[in-house]
Amino acid sequence: MWTNTRSGWGLTSILLHWVSALAVVGLFVLGWWMTDLGYYDAWYNLAPWWHRSVGMLLLFATLLRLVWRLANPVPVSRGHRLERLAAHLGHIGLYVLMLVVLVSGYLISTADGNGISVFDIFVVPAVISDLPQQATVAGQVHWYSALALMLLAAGHTAAALKHHWVDRNDVLMRMLNPRRSRRS
Amino acid sequence: MLKKTALATALSAAALVGASQAQAADYAIDIDGQHAFIQFKISHLGYSYILGSFEDFSGSFTYDPENLESASAELEVDVTSLNSNHAERDKHILSDDYLDAGAYPTATFSSTGFEPTGDGEGVMTGELTLHGQTNVIEMPVTLVGEGEDPWGGYRAGFEGSTMLTLADYNIDMSHLPEVMHELELYVTFEGIRQ
Repeated sequence: MWTNTRSGWGLTSILLHWVSALAVVGLFVLGWWMTDLGYYDAWYNLAPWWHRSVGMLLLFATLLRLVWRLANPVPVSRGHRLERLAAHLGHIGLYVLMLVVLVSGYLISTADGNGISVFDIFVVPAVISDLPQQATVAGQVHWYSALALMLLAAGHTAAALKHHWVDRNDVLMRMLNPRRSRRS
Repeated sequence: MLKKTALATALSAAALVGASQAQAADYAIDIDGQHAFIQFKISHLGYSYILGSFEDFSGSFTYDPENLESASAELEVDVTSLNSNHAERDKHILSDDYLDAGAYPTATFSSTGFEPTGDGEGVMTGELTLHGQTNVIEMPVTLVGEGEDPWGGYRAGFEGSTMLTLADYNIDMSHLPEVMHELELYVTFEGIRQ
């Protein structure tokens, strides 16, 4: 139920996947919108507060997710050899880009040595600060890696739909239904 | 032997040239000991002030109490070293919304004249280049003190401040209240006589 098997994803992986998907898309839209807000907009301070807080939680969730993924079996891949290779590389790319986006975002806000408050509940301390032009450089990396992540996520979605509607296999369904991990 | 003599002659000649070039009035700003600060102070909505500084800069000045009219100063500031103790604000100030440090990473001041106005006081005139725009500014300066330091050197230190209208430097503040359209630039440094 909670853990993965060779035949399907467990509930832990399924929840982490969909919560991450929602957070990634939500953070991208929020980040796009909030960087154009005027100084007098009511959301000028609030939107970045949400963006930073959710981003930090997603960073922790992603680290947990990577540990969980490496410590668990992974359901068998479907499709031709090249398809399977492309899927594997694509998934690695998604994980790497997520980490790059999340870490670069963290490095923007902590560039002066101040930590990041997560929903005013706790503070993630600054670990790396005062690198030359840290906030500006991290900001560039954050923007372009986020764009790349959205493109790759769109490809990921298209591939999942292709598996479901064209190939008619269980790739999409097993990411929705944890019961498939019981069959072996 | 001949070589040694030639070397000694060359060295003493170099020392003489060096001595004649370095006037008693030439000072290097003490960057190593960081007895030098360039700060700005700008209103926030008229309710308080934002203070910040440029951390990386270098410069020199000439100061001869016997010949004050010849006093001069040159400074070069790394704009990207701006620090207001809030990384996201620094990033925003350095972006093309304001200072556009990517295109204009350096600010300079080069004096064009000095007019003594009293005991240890005067007005320095010079060209300030910021955000690619050059304007002549006047900055009242004060001699804070001078004398021998504990490490065998001779030091003189000054402070000065002036108001800058940001529109003069093509920095658009029109979306912010009137009180934020200008800022106070404060400079203080200590020089070590060369």
